[in-house]
Amino acid sequence: MNWAHWIIVPVVLPLVSGAALLLIERSRPALAARLSLLATAAHLLVAIGLAAQAADGTVRAYLLGNWSAPFGIALALDRLSALLLVLTGVIALAAVAYAVAGDAKTRIDKLGPHFHALFQFQLMGLAGAFLTADLFNLFVFFEVLLIASYGLLLHAGGAARLRAAIHYVSFNLTGSALFLIAVSALYGITGTLNMADLAQRVAQLPPESASLARSAGLLLLVVFCVKAALLPLYFWLPTTYSAATAPVAALFAIMTKVGVYAVARMFTLAFGADGGVAADLAQPWLPIVGLGTIALAAVGALAARDMRGMIGYLVIASAGTLLMALGLGSRETVAAALFYLVNSTLVVAVLYLLADRIGAQRGEHGDLLAPGPFGSERSLLGAAYFVAAIAVCGLPPLAGFLGKSLLLAAARDTAYAAWVWAIVLASGLAIIISLVRAGSRIFWKPYEPPAPATAIATSSVQVMALGWLFAALLLNTAAAGPLARFTGAAAQQLFERRPYIDAVLGARPVPAALPIREILGGKPGKDKP
Amino acid sequence: MTIELLLAIGLGVLTAAGVWLLLRARVFDLIVGLTLLSYAVNVFIFLTGRVRIGSPPIVSDKLAPTLASYADPLPQALVLTAIVISFAMTALILVIALRAHAETGSDHVDGAEPSGATAAERDR
Amino acid sequence: MQAALLLPVLALLPFAGSMLVLSSPNAQRMRAVSLAAAVTVAATALVLAAAPAVFVGEVVRWRIDWLPQLGLAFGFRMDGLAWLFALLISGIGMLIVLYAAYYLDPGDPAARFFGFLLLFMGAMLGVVLADNLLLLVVFWELTSLSSFLLIGYWSHSADARQGARMALTITGAGGLALLGGVLLLGDIVGSFDLETVLASGDLIRAHPVYPVALALVLAGAFTKSAQFPFHFWLPHAMAAPTPVSAYLHSATMVKAGVFLLARMYPALGGTDLWFWTVAPVGLATLLVGAYIAIFQHDLKGLLAYSTISHLGLITLLFGIDTRLAVVAGVFHILNHATFKASLFMAAGIIDHEAGSRDMRKLNGLWKYMPITAVLGTVAAGAMAGVPLLNGFLSKEMFFTEAVGGHDNAVMNVLLPFGAVAAGIFSVAYSVRFIHDVFFNGEPVGLPRTPHEPPHFMRLPVEVLVVLCVLVGLFPALIIGPVLAVGAQAALFGGPYAPLPAYKLAIWHGFNVPLAMSMVATVGGVLLYFVLQRRVNLHRLVRLPGWIRSGGREAFHLFTEFKLGTARLVTDTLENGSLQRYLFLLVAVALLAGLSPYLAGGSGASAPAAAGTPLNFSVLAVWLVGIAAAMGTTMVYRQRLLALLLLGAVGLVVSLTFVYFSAPDLALTQLLVEMVTIILMMLALYWLPAESPREPGRARMLRDLLLSLGAGAGIAALSYALLTSSFDSISPYFLRTAVPEGGGANVVNVILVDYRGYDTMGEITVLGIAGVVIYALLAGFLPAHRPRPPSSEPRSQFLPLIARLLLPLAVLVSLHLFLRGHNAPGGGFIAGLVLALALILQYVANGRHWVEQRLRTDFRVWIGAGLLIAGAAGIGSWFLGAPFLTSSYAYWTLPVLGTVPLASAVVFDLGVYLTVVGATMIALVSIGRLTAAGEEAGP
Repeated sequence: MNWAHWIIVPVVLPLVSGAALLLIERSRPALAARLSLLATAAHLLVAIGLAAQAADGTVRAYLLGNWSAPFGIALALDRLSALLLVLTGVIALAAVAYAVAGDAKTRIDKLGPHFHALFQFQLMGLAGAFLTADLFNLFVFFEVLLIASYGLLLHAGGAARLRAAIHYVSFNLTGSALFLIAVSALYGITGTLNMADLAQRVAQLPPESASLARSAGLLLLVVFCVKAALLPLYFWLPTTYSAATAPVAALFAIMTKVGVYAVARMFTLAFGADGGVAADLAQPWLPIVGLGTIALAAVGALAARDMRGMIGYLVIASAGTLLMALGLGSRETVAAALFYLVNSTLVVAVLYLLADRIGAQRGEHGDLLAPGPFGSERSLLGAAYFVAAIAVCGLPPLAGFLGKSLLLAAARDTAYAAWVWAIVLASGLAIIISLVRAGSRIFWKPYEPPAPATAIATSSVQVMALGWLFAALLLNTAAAGPLARFTGAAAQQLFERRPYIDAVLGARPVPAALPIREILGGKPGKDKP
Repeated sequence: MTIELLLAIGLGVLTAAGVWLLLRARVFDLIVGLTLLSYAVNVFIFLTGRVRIGSPPIVSDKLAPTLASYADPLPQALVLTAIVISFAMTALILVIALRAHAETGSDHVDGAEPSGATAAERDR
Repeated sequence: MQAALLLPVLALLPFAGSMLVLSSPNAQRMRAVSLAAAVTVAATALVLAAAPAVFVGEVVRWRIDWLPQLGLAFGFRMDGLAWLFALLISGIGMLIVLYAAYYLDPGDPAARFFGFLLLFMGAMLGVVLADNLLLLVVFWELTSLSSFLLIGYWSHSADARQGARMALTITGAGGLALLGGVLLLGDIVGSFDLETVLASGDLIRAHPVYPVALALVLAGAFTKSAQFPFHFWLPHAMAAPTPVSAYLHSATMVKAGVFLLARMYPALGGTDLWFWTVAPVGLATLLVGAYIAIFQHDLKGLLAYSTISHLGLITLLFGIDTRLAVVAGVFHILNHATFKASLFMAAGIIDHEAGSRDMRKLNGLWKYMPITAVLGTVAAGAMAGVPLLNGFLSKEMFFTEAVGGHDNAVMNVLLPFGAVAAGIFSVAYSVRFIHDVFFNGEPVGLPRTPHEPPHFMRLPVEVLVVLCVLVGLFPALIIGPVLAVGAQAALFGGPYAPLPAYKLAIWHGFNVPLAMSMVATVGGVLLYFVLQRRVNLHRLVRLPGWIRSGGREAFHLFTEFKLGTARLVTDTLENGSLQRYLFLLVAVALLAGLSPYLAGGSGASAPAAAGTPLNFSVLAVWLVGIAAAMGTTMVYRQRLLALLLLGAVGLVVSLTFVYFSAPDLALTQLLVEMVTIILMMLALYWLPAESPREPGRARMLRDLLLSLGAGAGIAALSYALLTSSFDSISPYFLRTAVPEGGGANVVNVILVDYRGYDTMGEITVLGIAGVVIYALLAGFLPAHRPRPPSSEPRSQFLPLIARLLLPLAVLVSLHLFLRGHNAPGGGFIAGLVLALALILQYVANGRHWVEQRLRTDFRVWIGAGLLIAGAAGIGSWFLGAPFLTSSYAYWTLPVLGTVPLASAVVFDLGVYLTVVGATMIALVSIGRLTAAGEEAGP
């Protein structure tokens, strides 16, 4: 793994495979599906390799175009970005496997053109966002992953998806406009776009430009919260995610985490404790609003009428929890948040896939939270749901419980301790109640009805996809110690900004590249038209 | 009255108009609003390079390569990227609107004529 | 140290067994039974194997780390108390399995039953053996979850579903409270390690948050042990199969709560707060439970409420907070487990063999099932506390403690009388159990004639009843040592200090307690028969007094209310209206932007740069722009008009770019402008020409205010920026563009070189847009007839001009493409020019003319473009340089003059192809619709 260019591979690989898929997806569909699977698996392997690199604690920078930061665009790999890359890879593999599972009639990737190309582009956008060290570039890759997600959301068409798409797209377009305003304002203030450079310059801003910088930073926070679905900006989420096909919804589990990542990055690096005139910008908004989000999400879960709707609120609850923990702003809370993030993301993906299977088993009842007929897989899916529910509501013995406990313990020394404990525990109970209600309505038979004629059996590949995610969940529980060590170290890395800044700004261009210019180069600049 | 002030005011008007249309009930009006908004945003980005007249950033040997003699090229590059992206997005949402109108028979942003149909959608 | 290794085996064995059983098919009943039996026997054996160590006062430990960052270790610890409970759990579990083997109908899925049972058993063992408070919480919640599965086992019955959900909700809530309490304790002590916590009782009791921690922990214990007012879930849990009830409500589930009291006593007990919380709750539960029990008609109902009352008794004993009381508490835990388990199983037998549990039907069973009757009678006697049975001894101890002088006057009165009252009630319901079932005339309307069960089904009852008698006769001999180690651990958290003096004997001589039990016995018997004769219990439909069936209605009301409000809140917040969501977004952004100033931060700094004087042309242009922008908001309902005004605004923007030294931007803006407007017009063809009038002045006003606010915000922000000075990284680009970037047009060099990576992302966005648009419109033809097409005749010249224009446009596009590096132009602009030229052909010559000549799938252009761009980036790897590193040379070509042949040009080619591809897809696929529409149209 000491080849210099690994860092960019998570972006280039999906770009190339996505482009290739565009060319072959119609002519050789079978090959396309296989290529997509292969590319996704490779993506995961590379991510794991990068995580292994990042585990040593050094921040690795990569100068695109061989231009030194802050002038060119730099990538930076640290523990946090590596963690999210791996998480993305794990979920993506399950999602794409699930999409190609089943026979020609039931295969989800066959419900519309170019599923796989869009899927790869989505991966590209995610990887780019997690790796970049340039704020405007972050915007660009947000757009890549967003427009890919528009396409994936619309995959398989239908009125419901189009309705959802109009909300989702226009909401995010507005967010993007805001993003541009925030980024360019920051450029107009600091004169740079590189995150590391930005962090330094913000810290040295004179007091008279404090308010300007602060309001630009807060606009950025709003943008990220649009992505992360924070109160009152999450209302679009449940219907949108419910409208998407199962593998897409599962992949979307990572989408809100992009916003969380961006907050974790920018609001420790540039607007954190060392932010000078713009220090601790997220205080006290994030913890308070985060708690509000958790509470309302729990209420929403109680009110849900179908399972996917309920899962949507679980997504929001986890986003709220994460942002609240980030907002508390201590090293411990951030470490706990990162630990919590892994489990909550995985389990949401599991639940969306499960909801799809349940719908397939119950004919026209779908995933409605009402008693109804059930195919032959009641016990199997019931057991799976039971485990997933335990994981998502933070009951023992699964990692959800560990994450929640870490979080509560870490929040103990903060100003909001009492509120955090009360709201997190109470909303936890509400979520348990809604999960129990949902489960008993769907799986416990009040009578012995005939299985619906339309019950579609779960294919072996789908079982594998789900099994893969469950295995990840269990590993996350069993290896809780090592994972917590990693996330703890990642949090520490976020708080000691120096290594990151030095790595990015200190990276030097490869000298090898300059001779090339002379080999080919005539007399530069001399002879112009 | 300086150029800066005029541009700021103009920008404000563009934004206000964009936002107001953004909040309309019909997708097409919303798209017009978004387009206006993106114009405003592009100008805003551009202006973060401050106001420069008659000194495009096409370097020649005659002038010293400083911001004193050339306009700031970076915001211009950013605007170009932003223009392209917003163009892509506009085209896309236009087509979505078109399809949605064909599928739902309504060009209301909620995909149904305002008659509590959205509640029905939720009770799905 | 194999004694230590035995602990994890003991704790994990049931889980392993459970997995095995669950994985075996429900049909293979014997397999499930034998597996379960094997596991329980093995577990009991292991517990007994640990006895020697425990009885010589050793504390067996075993641990590995699980989540050290949290202080959570996967460790087990066995002292007297843990051993005693482990014995109860595994031993009675063994009997239950045997019993259940006969109890279950052939129809019931056996594997699931025994699997869940073992799961639950494992959880219970975990609770009592955990060496780490957090681990204890883990297993605690597992008991809630597994009991949920067990209670809901007969999921076809509504009662079972309801009961299971109720139990999980109440105990789950308690579990969360317990988690909170434990985390607090850990925070106080600095460790969750059980011994450390038990050893630092003084530290805890002195700590300011002690009350909170205590309240939370007690909430956990009380919910689990069904203490008043949380008691109501327990009777509903009776919907479970009787073996489950016999297990959960005698030795295990509900005992977890009192176990927690016993376990945490050294750390939390010994304060007034403890006394005044635990004792009253215990007393209340004791009385309420006993009272209600008398009036139950359902056998299991009676036993359920009697269980509640006995748990109250134990709680009260721990609350009384004297050492002897604690000893008595531990003792009664043992006794209650034995006689209550046997009673439940007896009830199950009766239900099984007589087909009913209703005491109004069951009468005079003595004749039909004498042996069962004897067993039931003896066990009930123990429950009533009749001498020579184990129940009597612990009750005596309780009475002793009740009268034992307390430093509090109220309790001195309350306790003795409460104790006697409770004694009377419990005797009463015990007598009812005996008299109403086995005597009291003949059975009425039973489905079948009762008879004795198969012997092995009765065996567990016999074993337990024999134990009741033996303990009752020779307490010191049989139970003495066990009680000693258990009580020591409960008092001191381990075998450390000597126990208080107490004497396990039947006869303590004539004393107050004896008198009290006499009063209780006689009074109880009298009470029962009086009620039977005067009130006639059988006709009693509902309870006399204020206590209803126990909170069920309340729970219902609560859940209904909860659901209702949740729906209300959610539906009000999320009315599915995009307009509201966007309004919120803009409003939040506005607030965020303003907040630093609202917070009294320094306003915009005094203009650092002197402003540029205004000149007429700029003013004129922008007045037009402002007017046009305002115009769109006025006329937006006439969409075509709005589009024209939008175009005007766009024009103003590109003029601005030109004037303020951004030729590339101007050009791009202009071209994009044209394409966008064309697209919108084409789309408009399929959309209503006008927007309907919007209802609601209020919304209009609201929106207006918000938009003005947003506009003002942006204006202020940009003015502040325009008038402030900053030092930018840009001079670097100006310096190095030519020598290192190889281009004089710095903007273009930035796009393809310094920030080529952005451009790569940007064209990806464009490409994806093309793909999605294609996916949306492929093979789509709107069902409804389009609006009648604009009917002006096509000119004949336009096609000709267009065709002549095409080659020229291609050349221009090529030129723009190549010169882009040094002058305005570049791949993107060139691409748009070509696209426009092509779309002109569509407009002028019609779809067929073009498609005959232009047989291409533009998705291929996109794919190829992205691949080329990617390849251009990857190429630099082979030169040992990072992704997208460019290298260049100059070439002199005929006609076009000197052009740079930078590798950036290859990249730019990718841009070019992608742009053409995406733009054409957008235009063509909508244009095709229009053409089709025209052909379909009039």
